[in-house]
Amino acid sequence: MSTKPLDYENLNENVKKCQYAVRGELYLRASELQKEGKKIIFTNVGNPHALGQKPLTFPRQVIALCQAPFLLDDPNVGLLFPADAIAKAKHYLSLNSGGLGAYSDSRGIPGVRIEVADFIERRDGYPSDPEHIFLTDGASKGIMQILHTIIRGPTDGVLVPVPQYPLYSATISLYGGSLVPYYLEETADWGLDINDLRQSIGQARQNGTTVRAMVIINPGNPTGQCLTEQNLRQIIQFCYEENLVLLADEVYQKNIYQDKHPFMSARKVLFDMGQPISKELQLVSFHTVSKGYWGECGQRGGYFEMTNIPPKSVEEIYKVASISLSPNVPAQIFMGLLANPLKLGDISYEQFSRESKGILESLRRRAHIMTDGFNSCKNVVWAMYSFPQIQLPPRAIDAAKKVEKAADVFYCLKLLEATGISTVPGSGFGQKEGVFHLRTTILPAEEDMPSIMSSFKKFNDEFMDRYE
Amino acid sequence: MDSITIDTINPKVLKCEYAVRGEIVTIAQKLQQDLKDNPGSHPFDEILYCNIGNPQSLAQQPITFFREVLALCDHPSILDKSETQGLFSVDAIERAFQILDQIPGRATGAYSHSQGIKGLRDAIASGIEARDGFPADPNDLFLTDGASPAVHMMMQLLIRSENDGILCPIPQYPLYSASIALHGGTLVPYYLDEQTGWGLEISELEHQLNTAKSNGIDVRALVVINPGNPTGQVLGEANQREIVEFCKKEGLVLLADEVYQENVYVPDKKFHSFKKITRSMGYGEKDISLVSFQSVSKGFYGECGKRGGYMEITGFSPEVREQIYKLASVNLCSNISGQILASLVMSPPKVGDESYESFSAEKEAVLSSLARRAQALQDALNSLEGVTCNRAEGAMYLFPRINLPDKAIKAAEEAKTAPDAFYAKLLLNATGIVVVPGSGFRQVPGTWHFRCTILPQEEKIPAIVSRLTEFHKKFMDEFRG
Repeated sequence: MSTKPLDYENLNENVKKCQYAVRGELYLRASELQKEGKKIIFTNVGNPHALGQKPLTFPRQVIALCQAPFLLDDPNVGLLFPADAIAKAKHYLSLNSGGLGAYSDSRGIPGVRIEVADFIERRDGYPSDPEHIFLTDGASKGIMQILHTIIRGPTDGVLVPVPQYPLYSATISLYGGSLVPYYLEETADWGLDINDLRQSIGQARQNGTTVRAMVIINPGNPTGQCLTEQNLRQIIQFCYEENLVLLADEVYQKNIYQDKHPFMSARKVLFDMGQPISKELQLVSFHTVSKGYWGECGQRGGYFEMTNIPPKSVEEIYKVASISLSPNVPAQIFMGLLANPLKLGDISYEQFSRESKGILESLRRRAHIMTDGFNSCKNVVWAMYSFPQIQLPPRAIDAAKKVEKAADVFYCLKLLEATGISTVPGSGFGQKEGVFHLRTTILPAEEDMPSIMSSFKKFNDEFMDRYE
Repeated sequence: MDSITIDTINPKVLKCEYAVRGEIVTIAQKLQQDLKDNPGSHPFDEILYCNIGNPQSLAQQPITFFREVLALCDHPSILDKSETQGLFSVDAIERAFQILDQIPGRATGAYSHSQGIKGLRDAIASGIEARDGFPADPNDLFLTDGASPAVHMMMQLLIRSENDGILCPIPQYPLYSASIALHGGTLVPYYLDEQTGWGLEISELEHQLNTAKSNGIDVRALVVINPGNPTGQVLGEANQREIVEFCKKEGLVLLADEVYQENVYVPDKKFHSFKKITRSMGYGEKDISLVSFQSVSKGFYGECGKRGGYMEITGFSPEVREQIYKLASVNLCSNISGQILASLVMSPPKVGDESYESFSAEKEAVLSSLARRAQALQDALNSLEGVTCNRAEGAMYLFPRINLPDKAIKAAEEAKTAPDAFYAKLLLNATGIVVVPGSGFRQVPGTWHFRCTILPQEEKIPAIVSRLTEFHKKFMDEFRG
């Protein structure tokens, strides 16, 4: 009897090849230790609510009312819910026939997509077409959909920044394409040197790869930095000249903790550059409800916006979306609330404002505590909060080799065992050869940060003393 | 030259089709807009969507208890308020507390474990055990955004190239054909027998398997949809045992789509899960690889928009389970509210719970109404000239066969449309009724069908029946030849 279809050796190779470090080895080890009773501080995933960040009150009020519309008929509903939440719930329920329980349009509720288009227009100063906005179950789903549309086979390449959020490498692997890395320059605030980009694409083409798309993650994950306007213009020009579709992952657009480089959307810069490029460069932009100050990861809400994609291609993308019927409706409402927020004068505005500001300011403070904390540690450099470089001594690298682990994995495992701090080794995100990082997040509670950083420093400095 | 044009898009995307939201729906939407802009522009004043299993869009009410619990879980800060007692039932509040205690930090806005929240999987596993009488392991469960993503995951795992085949029933729910195409595999059809109430014959399975093998196809899995979609048949136990034996003998993974498990309308049939059947045959983990799919979208709860569901995987090695976990982790997790709902569906109120009676009443009302509507539409279809319709034993659809006269088939050819699409379009334009042409589900070549849901409101059924009857008579008068 021959081997069975789902025996390991008979699995789709692409599945076996794909890696996703964010929930990989370190996370599994951390979960094991947690089961054994050790206190673990999970900083491996941008998952704010898991670390104590509270959901914004207003959206939760609205969604609760949408879940239980019979409440709206109860005379006592006003005792628990403010009038503007009630009004918003009625508004969103009216936009989808059957409320939360019915499949919506496969592209998302039309009324919500209009709200998203208005949001984009207010942000960028250029009009946006709701017909080219598709809501998705998280930005991840949208990214996977678009990459699946682009990748035809193993010779199709996608330019991906190093370091990158490993959804890109995992998805390209899964769909059998080719990842073409381009390096961000750590010493230049993780900026981009256009010559490096040209070199990357040139090399790929020499190897027989047809490069089809370029991913930018702006603000960066894991780097945390914003691309400068000049960089964005260069990237857009480059994609135009090299006939690439630009994929702009902008999910962190509200998580900016420095004032040197503000966020600019790829779309805004594109339109600022005028014709012909503004009418020809193919661009897909991604956003989410999981980040910013909302942090509603568990809802799985996101969208992508297509610019200059031909109608027939849009049709095909729509067709594939329709196979999954529709994105989840509650998350679409979260997206609508994000795009169409409360205004000054609304009953709940003050509370919403206060909560939002509170979260953002705390994130900013935590970013600084972390940056300063890392930079005060032995052999830790270039820390822009979440992706510090760890200069591992050669003896540490040897010790890692002996246990058959990558050097940064070795370091991160030791950090975990000693302090309970669960990070993701830089190799999960890609880095230059011989340069090591770890990725953390700034999400642990503010009051815990000083002790986390001192815990880290103690471990790190002892580790460095041991292996130097 | 643009980068993503129709000529340079992934050809697998181009190849796949999904008729449920295909051409006929686009036409219907245009007509709907016409009616809005220009009332009276058509011989009907509303579009009746009978194309999609989307009950709540046609006024089916959600189950109150489920929505109470979900609302409380979405906004847990009201749980401690005294006013909440006045607005929500006691057991809904209790259940919300119970669920929130299983979520680390009560954070329903956080990514969960990639298989879904452990406590919810425990509840689902208990529910499966209560249903089947055989234990279920929460570690075998993967909670997903509806059953569809779970199907995609399995296709991704199983399909290495176009030489890999998946046996699918014809007619089938086009998620299967679409996902096989998307992942670059080959659909190996097996025909259900319309004459015997859409019977599934093992001889047919064997025949198709052998044909595929001789064409160099490596057949990897068998999809069974029970209750059937679009056909509505409920498999008999003996038949199910034959299917299990067949998969075991041929080393195929059994993919059991059981999303309609709560939709059975006939007293002579009962739903039995394939998990129960395999275990009752004495077969365990080592004997057969089985994946069972369930959803919150169907049944009597009809919560399509929530995107909740799960797959239960049994009979896979740890290495393979690791790969499945890895795939699930790339998307981090499914939406939490959908996970909670899946656990409610699989462990609903019990006798003695405060909400049990109202829950039961709501459930009974929906199911009996579905059964009545199925009967009414079935009778109407069977009364039409040249139309035969097998009974809907389960699910949410009728799949009548129309014997189209030659004149109609010729007219369809001239219009460059499949004959059943030709009929469906004429039906839509004359009556506003939207059905999906049988070719969207595949059928025995030379036969024509359409799929119509049983979901329109009960009070609209007489109007649908009379419009359909009138249209069909006119159609046959024109094309009888």
